[in-house]
Amino acid sequence: MTPLVERRRPLRVRIRWPRLLIYAALLLFAAFYLMPVYVLLVTGMKSFAEVSLYRMWEPPSGIHFDSFAKAWYGSVEEGFRGLSLNFMNSVYITVPATLLSALLGSMNGYVLSKWKFRGSDTLFAALLFGMFIPYQSILIPLVQSLSRVGLYGTIPGLIFVHTVYGIPITTLIFRNYYATVPTEMVEAAKIDGANLLGVYRWILFPISMPGFVVVLIWQFTSIWNDFLFAVTVAQNPAIQPITVGLNNLAGSYIVEWNVQMAGALIAALPTLLVYIFLGRYFMRGLLAGSLKG
Amino acid sequence: MRRWDWDRIFAILLILPSVLAIAVFVYGFIGFTGYVSLTRWNKLLPDFTWVGLRNYQTLFAHPRFQIDIRNTVVFTVLFLAASLAIGFFLAVLLDQRVKGENFFRSVYLFPMAISFVVTGVVWRWLLNPGSPEMGSTGVNLLLEHMGLGFLKWGWFTDPTVLYIHPDTDAGMFLQRIGLGFLTTDKFGISVAMISLVVAATWQMSGYVMALYLAGLRGIPEELREAARVDGASEVQIYRYVVLPLLRPITLGAVIILGHISLKIYDLVVAMTGPGIGFSTDVPAFFMWETTFHSNRFAQGASIAIILLIMVAVLIVPYLYSSTRREIAA
Repeated sequence: MTPLVERRRPLRVRIRWPRLLIYAALLLFAAFYLMPVYVLLVTGMKSFAEVSLYRMWEPPSGIHFDSFAKAWYGSVEEGFRGLSLNFMNSVYITVPATLLSALLGSMNGYVLSKWKFRGSDTLFAALLFGMFIPYQSILIPLVQSLSRVGLYGTIPGLIFVHTVYGIPITTLIFRNYYATVPTEMVEAAKIDGANLLGVYRWILFPISMPGFVVVLIWQFTSIWNDFLFAVTVAQNPAIQPITVGLNNLAGSYIVEWNVQMAGALIAALPTLLVYIFLGRYFMRGLLAGSLKG
Repeated sequence: MRRWDWDRIFAILLILPSVLAIAVFVYGFIGFTGYVSLTRWNKLLPDFTWVGLRNYQTLFAHPRFQIDIRNTVVFTVLFLAASLAIGFFLAVLLDQRVKGENFFRSVYLFPMAISFVVTGVVWRWLLNPGSPEMGSTGVNLLLEHMGLGFLKWGWFTDPTVLYIHPDTDAGMFLQRIGLGFLTTDKFGISVAMISLVVAATWQMSGYVMALYLAGLRGIPEELREAARVDGASEVQIYRYVVLPLLRPITLGAVIILGHISLKIYDLVVAMTGPGIGFSTDVPAFFMWETTFHSNRFAQGASIAIILLIMVAVLIVPYLYSSTRREIAA
């Protein structure tokens, strides 16, 4: 007895596991990813009296900000620096380097997508290689040449380094972004008498905003989170960014672990906020980083 | 016609600073590092006396470097396997039209926004095993609370290296067929590396999930529908239709995660350091110590070049084929 009208099929494939099981698995994984956040938050908010490694998972009795204050300001008696200075150093390094590398990436992406010349694709591939190299393979001459020009151990030095090594990824994202702009539009503008800068100014720049947002977020995140360049170029504690400051804090035996956790949260906060509020663009940067655009 | 030419020249001028910067700071510097690795510069003051491949001979004979290579291989294999499996699993689950997809996706992906240093500091405390006298801490304590106390172990403090002992049946068999060299701890698994794998997978598996999810959404519904009409079960559809179509994404994920794992440094510094008996040491860590603590620049340069070669073997064919494909298209 087959029914005359076939039952309408769902539009997308569904594995017919009980839905409950799917949600259980999703929640279990969510718990795994959020576990460190939970520990960070509850430990940071505990008072010094109730902090104990053996009661790590218990919620705090109230909300205390002592650990955050100590991680931020440091402690003169115990003899360690807080992260406030490092935090500001990170801001001074990250903001200019992000803007500069985005600007360069936009120019390169424009030329390499809309003004192709013989060998420009090979040139592009050669640029891209720079984003995959282990930076260990350039650190020795980098330190040598930065010291020679007086940039070693300075904030401008780190800005310079992040700008240069940011060129490949920013170029990639902008080139892929501009490649989606129809070439006919560019050709039409050229026929109308627009030159190189005119095409950029009137056609591409006005629609570049989403590209800039993706690149700025990507660069902000990776420069803020950098450790290798910072620890190599900034040996002087006065100019060390937050990642190095946090590592020193966590490597010190005199700093309580709740202060370390509070410090970790402080270090993660700016990029986490960017992620929470601009996650959509963050995601696009991630996918662009996989070369597919 | 003339203005056209000026535009061409101007276009090249526009990218010239970047091109020169990359030429010098990437290719020139790599060349210099390669040159340094062939000299005798193993003290603070530069000494460019040519010694050929001697630094590389020293390096490959160095027990610590052998351990580092072993650790990198173990880390890369486990980290890739875990991230790809979890990432794919989560993507398939999220593709089942679940409620709150955005929430779950954001939760799985947020560790990508965090620095490896933060990850390392947090996971060091989470995987801190505690002690038998004072009691368990971190994840071990959580396992105890859940009645899974038998799963407790030393995490990154456990210096055990698992390998095939020469006096076991398998070991004797390997010796008999001339593979006796496999029965040493140089071809083993340092169990402390598992802690680094857990932390790195926590950080990166969401990224794999995002890649796969984008891929799944790109598969036309008609293809699945056609397979279903042909009588394929849902599992078969995933096995024979979806997975083959996702192969480029798997390849991309392997390349991206692979080059990160070969270079892994920040996480090791912040979480474990080189470990007991170098149980969690990696080449990038060895390179930094050799170069900037011991001032053995030529030796450090040789480690850097080996790292570069490992990454290039992974990346160059991929870059070559993806730019090729684009030009053909």
